[in-house]
Amino acid sequence: MKHLVKWGLATPAILAVTLFLLVPVIITIAATFGEAKGVFAPYIAFFSSGFRRTVLFRTVEIALITTAISLIIGFIAAYVIAQMPGRAKSLMIIAAVFPLLTGVVVRSFAWLIILGKNGILNTMLLSIGVINEPLSMLYTEGSVIVAMVYLFVPLMILTLVGVLEGIPEDLIQAATSLGATPAATFRQVILPLATPGLIVGAVLVFTGSFTSYATPQLLGGEKQMMMGTFLYQRAMVTFDWVGASTIAAIMVVVTIGIVAIMSRIARRLNPMAV
Amino acid sequence: MTRTVHPALIAFTALVFLFLLAPLLIIIGAAFSDTTYLTFPPQGLTLRWFSNIFQIEAFRTTAITSLELALLGTALSLLIGIPAAYAISRHRIELPRWLSTLFVLPILVPEIVFGFSLMKSITIGLGLPIFPSLLIGHALLVLPYSVRVVSASLASFDFSIEEAAISLGCPPLKAFLTVVLPNIRAGVIAAFILAFITSINDVSVSVFLTGPGISTLPIQILAHMEQFFDPTIASVSVLLMLVTVAVMAIVEATLGLTFLTK
Repeated sequence: MKHLVKWGLATPAILAVTLFLLVPVIITIAATFGEAKGVFAPYIAFFSSGFRRTVLFRTVEIALITTAISLIIGFIAAYVIAQMPGRAKSLMIIAAVFPLLTGVVVRSFAWLIILGKNGILNTMLLSIGVINEPLSMLYTEGSVIVAMVYLFVPLMILTLVGVLEGIPEDLIQAATSLGATPAATFRQVILPLATPGLIVGAVLVFTGSFTSYATPQLLGGEKQMMMGTFLYQRAMVTFDWVGASTIAAIMVVVTIGIVAIMSRIARRLNPMAV
Repeated sequence: MTRTVHPALIAFTALVFLFLLAPLLIIIGAAFSDTTYLTFPPQGLTLRWFSNIFQIEAFRTTAITSLELALLGTALSLLIGIPAAYAISRHRIELPRWLSTLFVLPILVPEIVFGFSLMKSITIGLGLPIFPSLLIGHALLVLPYSVRVVSASLASFDFSIEEAAISLGCPPLKAFLTVVLPNIRAGVIAAFILAFITSINDVSVSVFLTGPGISTLPIQILAHMEQFFDPTIASVSVLLMLVTVAVMAIVEATLGLTFLTK
């Protein structure tokens, strides 16, 4: 009876995830292997096309650069926030949460206004005479990266503030009183203790930017197509469902692979965590 | 830990916050500009772009759809998520470990892949109408928040209080509703808010599940942006920011915003 109750409570949710998430995704991935031309035909087609390879490599590259920049900016900001006295700290957290809770479409749209041909940045640069004619900043890799960093820095800050606050002050005082320079304290005390948080943040940002759809669509256009937009285009514009499913399968493998590798690294660095 | 921080780091952080907030201020400015194109600083001040939103029927209908989806989807996810969270927290030892992993899957699987697979299997495969398909998509998208946030607050709940109530003759369901639920109220509110915000802003899942006649607000905004590049989009964005402000006010009043860093 008790056995029945505890499983019974979890059953609706288990069924929902299985029926509407696991099964559809497995069917999608399985569909790529049922081709008449051969089991791996869709994958051979994907990797033998220069254009498709470019989309994949561009997506990995943009996601990596976004993650690296977000890690650096987010770490510094989170470190400063963690040192702030109570009131300033909560104000800064509110300021970081606000963009996070504002939708992706709205936040990407802001960069269209800023980076457009008649956008604010061009108007400013023209009026101070740095440039003579407006620059084309939209639909470049740079514009996608700026907008992605903008999307993910708040997430990185929030992930890291909690971790950095949790570092006991005693440890830092001990290091200092034993003669460690601020740089050495940072390298040997703060950084190792913050590593689990940095890894969680990196995983969130990498998977988030690797799989994003709206931002590359708006700021990258056709020229800077990424995997998410490519999947949509294959599925809903050219109706190439096998091609779309192949892209989906590659995205799942990369995402789960990154999560697995990073959590293994995290476990090795800090056996207590995860 | 409060220590002196190098001025250069503080200056850098100030720049980070300028980077985070300036684009949103620019949207607000552009929404009030009396021009037919998007510009900043605003030229002249007008509210006509706000009234323009209400002239465009598509914004009205998609906003209602988005609200319905967010409320119903979040409610559904809590309805199945809270019992699952309870089972996981209460019977942690007896239940297999993969069970809690299962509920992280909706986060692990890329949203765009999830949306595409769901469209293929239920909208096309099962021939389900658009609204129920969207509802299933949104409920599953936010299920991880319901399960994980509620589990987190159950982790600090002392189940012996519930056992005491039951041993004194209280029926289990009543014990849950009157003893357990009030104690995890903050977690349920937090789960609701995170799920609601996620659902109302979602693009990647909805983009596959919307269809003729039924769409969501973010998808409508994207479509409008591709045709017209006027301040209407900026004014819709301002209204969405007001929703965010309202949500933050609720969080601050009930849980305190610092819960988001925990």
